[in-house]
Amino acid sequence: MDCDAFYAAVEKRDNPSLADKPLIIGGNSDRGVVSTACYIARTYGVHSAMPMVQARKLCPHAVILKPDMERYRIASRAVRNLMDALTPLVEPLSLDEAFLDLTGTEALHGLSPAEQLARLASDVEKTIGISLSVGLSHNKFLAKIASDLKKPRGFSIIGKAETLDFLARQKVSLIWGVGKAMCDRLHNDGITHIGQLQQMEEADLLRRYSSFGGKLWRLARGIDDRQIVTGTAPKSVSAETTFEHDIADYETLEIHLWKQCERLSKALKKKDLAAGTVTLKLKTAQHRQITRSRALFSPSQLADRLFEMGQALLKPECRDQIPYRLLGITGTNFTPAQMGDTPDFLQPEKDRHAKAERTMDQINARFGTQMVKKGRSV
Amino acid sequence: MKLTIERSALLKALSHVQSVVEKRNTIPILSNVQIEAADGQLALTATDLDLAIVEHTGADIAQDGATTVPAHTLHDIVRKLPDGAQVGLSLNDRTLTLNAGRSRFTLACLPREDFPVMSAGELPHRFTLPAPQMKRLIDKTRFAISTEETRYYLNGIYLHVAEGEKGSTLRAVATDGHRLAQVEVALPDGAAGMPGIIIPRKTVQEIRKHLDEFEGEIGIELSDTKILFRFAHAVVTSKLIDGTFPDYSRVIPEGNDRLLKISCEEFSEAVDRVSTISSDKSRSVKLALETDKIMLSVTSPENGTATEELAADYSAEAMEIGFNSRYLLDILDQVEGDEVEARLADSASPTVMRDGADESALYVLMPMRV
Repeated sequence: MDCDAFYAAVEKRDNPSLADKPLIIGGNSDRGVVSTACYIARTYGVHSAMPMVQARKLCPHAVILKPDMERYRIASRAVRNLMDALTPLVEPLSLDEAFLDLTGTEALHGLSPAEQLARLASDVEKTIGISLSVGLSHNKFLAKIASDLKKPRGFSIIGKAETLDFLARQKVSLIWGVGKAMCDRLHNDGITHIGQLQQMEEADLLRRYSSFGGKLWRLARGIDDRQIVTGTAPKSVSAETTFEHDIADYETLEIHLWKQCERLSKALKKKDLAAGTVTLKLKTAQHRQITRSRALFSPSQLADRLFEMGQALLKPECRDQIPYRLLGITGTNFTPAQMGDTPDFLQPEKDRHAKAERTMDQINARFGTQMVKKGRSV
Repeated sequence: MKLTIERSALLKALSHVQSVVEKRNTIPILSNVQIEAADGQLALTATDLDLAIVEHTGADIAQDGATTVPAHTLHDIVRKLPDGAQVGLSLNDRTLTLNAGRSRFTLACLPREDFPVMSAGELPHRFTLPAPQMKRLIDKTRFAISTEETRYYLNGIYLHVAEGEKGSTLRAVATDGHRLAQVEVALPDGAAGMPGIIIPRKTVQEIRKHLDEFEGEIGIELSDTKILFRFAHAVVTSKLIDGTFPDYSRVIPEGNDRLLKISCEEFSEAVDRVSTISSDKSRSVKLALETDKIMLSVTSPENGTATEELAADYSAEAMEIGFNSRYLLDILDQVEGDEVEARLADSASPTVMRDGADESALYVLMPMRV
């Protein structure tokens, strides 16, 4: 199940005047990237992950909007609620994509899986106001392929009986995990279509492409036994910024770091988690990536503490005045919030900061965001 | 250099020194152990530049000499030799040959002249301490040593002369800001004028290894910056942490008036049992105190809940408090008496714990938010 041009669809739903205009969602700076292009914009060749500069050239009259994740999340949640009504086995891949395991639901709903999905798609359109494409098959690999076959508002089924024939006609690049490099390698070996892989022995593929060969052999036959994984806890939470202009001086970077720590802290508080490890990410003007990690002595979700660690990691990287194009901070190694931020009797002043931050959070929760904020964020 | 030594003697000495050698080193020779045959003895030396150990062991020496070889490799080889084997070591030019039974190894050497010597410098304060006392000072405090790099001055045991009601004592303190452990022994002769020093965690660990096999008096010599420990066959020299240990006395609460007395063994076992329910690394256990009983509980969002009621001696106002169960067990592990005493203030303030049978040890534990 895959929502069609999801971010753009939500924007068009909420602002009907955009309906017949090419719409691009993404950062509108020189370094911005397209995160979603509506189907009108796509006819001009705009696609996601394209640099915004290029998108603007291809489609100069497009309306460009910054993503409003909060609204997309609400819409996504609404779609999710309808999916949950069909089956408890829902594996979200992102806000706009999910796998549903409908095994055994026929008896429950009195409808075949295809009928259930058709009804779901129509319910989503009617109640939420966005469209989606459905791919139905007997495993995740094929369902994903099916959902991409006809978009938007697609509905495709790959049955067990036609799996081999269907795959035989497809190009190898369709196989999940075959990127540009692997595709080139296969082409060099004269393999362009999945049908050719179906003719080959597993041992031969293993010999040529080692462990990936085994995967090729199985997927070419439509064999994929991955289960639906529900409710996986997040492994990391991060905030990062690509700058309009490269920044080399510590004081300016620190301002961005603080804002990111506030965002990171907000996300952690929302999930009721404390991060045990903080990772700082920097990208130089030459696109070289630097990451620096350190464990917090006591896991934390407080902006103040995350910032303190972030500063300690950032300072040494600013000694040589290297210009950076990107700065980010990530929290990993989570524990429940309650286990973190243990008061430290040697540093009572820090506990006062922690209390102040929690009080600010309460005030903001009650009277709206940003009622009270730190001078540093202004 | 040419010598023969019994495998078990060599292994014992090597296992003491090799743990000083870091697994990864930017300076190659720091991965090596110095082997020196002289005066009818074999001397093994290892250092990480902050800490050095020299261990002597008897050997049948045919020819004096010295070299350095990779410490972990040599240790692994000797470890894998059969018990009772006679090990022959001989140095020829740039390699050390090791013979044992039908095994033969040649190891690349680095010249002993390049091996860093750690000079202790002037050590004006000298005293001796019986091994069991040293063991007490270490065991009852080292669990509270902080691993936080930014507050490096907490990464060791603070050893100093303390003035109390019963006169001067030699006191060891370790804290990480969440818990504090303090223990003292009678002040040894010659220690009175010593400065307060912070012994690094790694040195503490190395010293502790020797205490399992050593019963006598340990010779201690120290200055503001270095310390030396003299055992029967080994000498450990270490730099001290160059920092100021915080004024810990202000974090030991004086006015906690809610007294809880409980069987240490029952308490410890119950805490261990209820925390089984939580898969988390830092489990928090909630203590609900009422007249003459306490209720322990742990809640895990994934797994469920666990509770256990224990009889206890408590007559103050009912209260609830949460602790990190690991921290609680660390303290209870060190209590030797049947009973442990806890003095509490409220659910957000530090609790003081004492061994019912040992007045010289004291622990402070910060509660968790519950």
